[in-house]
Amino acid sequence: MAVIPPRRTPPTVDKAAPVSVLSSSWRAQVRWLGATVAALALVGVLGLLVGSRGIPPLDLLASLFGLDAGTGTASIEARAILFDLRLPRTIVGMAAGAALAVAGALMQGHTRNPLADPGLLGVGAGAALAVVLAISMLGLTTPSGYLWFAFAGAGIAAVIVTAFGLLGAGRRDSSPATLVLAGAAVTAFLSAITGIILLLDTATLDLYRFWSVGSLAGGRDLAVLLPVLPFLLVGLIVAFAHASTLDALALGDDMARAMGRRLAPARLTGLFAVTLLVGSAVAASGSIGFVGLIVPHLVRRITGPGHRWLLPQCAIIGAILVVVADVIGRVIVSPSELPVGVVLGVVGAPVFLILVMRMRGARS
Amino acid sequence: MTAVSTRPKPVPARAKPARPKALRIGRVSIRWRPRHLVVVLVASAVALAVAVVAAGTGDFTIAPGRVVEVLLGGGTRREELVIVTIRLPRVLIGLAVGIALAVSGAIVQTTARNSLASPDLLGVTAGASVGAVAVIILGGNSGQVSGMLEAIGVPVGALIGGLAASTLVLLLMRGRGASGLQPILIGVGVSALLGGLVSWMMVSATITDAARANVWLTGSLNGRSWNELWALLAVIVISSAVLVPLSTRLGTIDLGNDVARGLGVPMVLTQGSLLLVAVILASATTAAAGPIGFVALVCPHLARLASGASRPPLVASGAVGALLVVGSDLVARTVLAPIQLPAGAITALVGAPFLLWLLIRTRREARR
Repeated sequence: MAVIPPRRTPPTVDKAAPVSVLSSSWRAQVRWLGATVAALALVGVLGLLVGSRGIPPLDLLASLFGLDAGTGTASIEARAILFDLRLPRTIVGMAAGAALAVAGALMQGHTRNPLADPGLLGVGAGAALAVVLAISMLGLTTPSGYLWFAFAGAGIAAVIVTAFGLLGAGRRDSSPATLVLAGAAVTAFLSAITGIILLLDTATLDLYRFWSVGSLAGGRDLAVLLPVLPFLLVGLIVAFAHASTLDALALGDDMARAMGRRLAPARLTGLFAVTLLVGSAVAASGSIGFVGLIVPHLVRRITGPGHRWLLPQCAIIGAILVVVADVIGRVIVSPSELPVGVVLGVVGAPVFLILVMRMRGARS
Repeated sequence: MTAVSTRPKPVPARAKPARPKALRIGRVSIRWRPRHLVVVLVASAVALAVAVVAAGTGDFTIAPGRVVEVLLGGGTRREELVIVTIRLPRVLIGLAVGIALAVSGAIVQTTARNSLASPDLLGVTAGASVGAVAVIILGGNSGQVSGMLEAIGVPVGALIGGLAASTLVLLLMRGRGASGLQPILIGVGVSALLGGLVSWMMVSATITDAARANVWLTGSLNGRSWNELWALLAVIVISSAVLVPLSTRLGTIDLGNDVARGLGVPMVLTQGSLLLVAVILASATTAAAGPIGFVALVCPHLARLASGASRPPLVASGAVGALLVVGSDLVARTVLAPIQLPAGAITALVGAPFLLWLLIRTRREARR
């Protein structure tokens, strides 16, 4: 550190050297990206073909590509199931999984805490409270009816947490420790209000327990996704554009500051992206837990800690995870279904545990 | 804003370096900080005062002064029945639950060196929830779980579930230390698995059972008797006996694995026994009162911020925990009377604003 070796090589060679070093890892990253994209496509097809209603996959494939123009009841039913039920829920699942996983990576990057999940910003708790209020006071009963309440609740909660965590503590000095605690406090506060309403109002609990567990079934057509899709996309773009800042923050606040990053604007941008992502995911599919927490940890084993590759891979693998969980939920207790949130816990957690146990020599 | 990098580095939110004071009796010497002592005394005093008020509050209201008289043996038979038989065990269990949960949280946060850690991370709450909800929901057709099965089955189910889950977590963590990424992720994975099971049962149950399970999952002190108190107190006393000699090592552990090992602390043994104590304390409270949330997570922080320490102080955490649970239970019983809310529904409502206020105040103080 103390002695800087004199620059012996001309700048042109200097520039070329890192490229050649990079390109091998680039190639590996691109190869992984190709593999996961292919897996996502495969999973997407799986999401269309597999279901609790036993329809021959060939019939579905035929109607998917418009090959059967038949007017028989079977093919009409197949088309209805395909386009009205399975296609929307597969797309919603992909969108929610991608958003939650990227949001999780953002939260873990900003707080430098492996236990941080997108729920820490209070977004999930705010959405849940708004939905419970909508059910119990306004008598709404459908996911598309909850949509804007969930989104607004998520936004308000995120603003409160951010205000306490960053601005209340001083604009220049925004240590993640304060944010983490403020998030935990606000989340618990909002959840407590939700809990009290649910204790007093069993009818609301009856509707809420199905929303809260995170499900892609039951009246979730594209109408629940399309209104929030623009927000989700903006969130993804902001997140991806934000990758190099997160890499700087990973070195610690002081290093990031020394590298010329302005911390408060960086944090605000990151939290803004998290709010958009989680708000739209929660609005569309209820609170699917666990994805935002574990996907970044899994993806880091493929991509390493650099956010430029981590974030896109999180989006893809998050999407895969949610759709696979949904497919498993459709067949595992056929003819009835298990909600995604339950499958993620019961099937996904053991797989996650096995992966964690195999992490030998992992550094904290 | 461009001048950020030239600004002096902000002082971290630690205490002003208080001059350590020591109490020396022969070969024993105990360091004490005045501010720490003040926090312990104030929190304990307020907790006891709230407990006396709580013992007098209810359908049959008794003034606090009269409550003290009754406790000292000067009450009528009716007053004794109401206070000693009905309300006192509930209040005392509240105090004990608060102490045990907060101390357990302080241990886990220090040992795992993570401010978001709590006994939940060791699978205690999730395991206990699986056990208790399974008894409530799978114990019979809708609403059949009652009487003996509910009075004994639910706490026993919670105790077995909590201990089994945390044993699993501790076994999986074996040889991997207690801080760092891997053990935390193991805790997260096991909790997610058990949480999935609870959601599954909640979704597939009838709404009557789901509502009853929801009350248990919130954590309540309703209808507690002396039996639960004795069991809980026994666990606390035994745990303290283990904890006192270990507690001096907490400060060393806080310095990091390598430093602590260099200072001669047997890390595997120390961390293992500390986590075991935390698990036993948390399991006992969950069996007695359900998973009262937020106490284990937040009381160590409240105590730390209030006493200006760098890590959660055990005794102060316990005092703050007792105050939070007893106060929450009192609010829960009275705020919507005659409806009695579970205490666990209120802890966050009472504790969260206080934590936010402390956070902001501490930051301001540190920046001065």
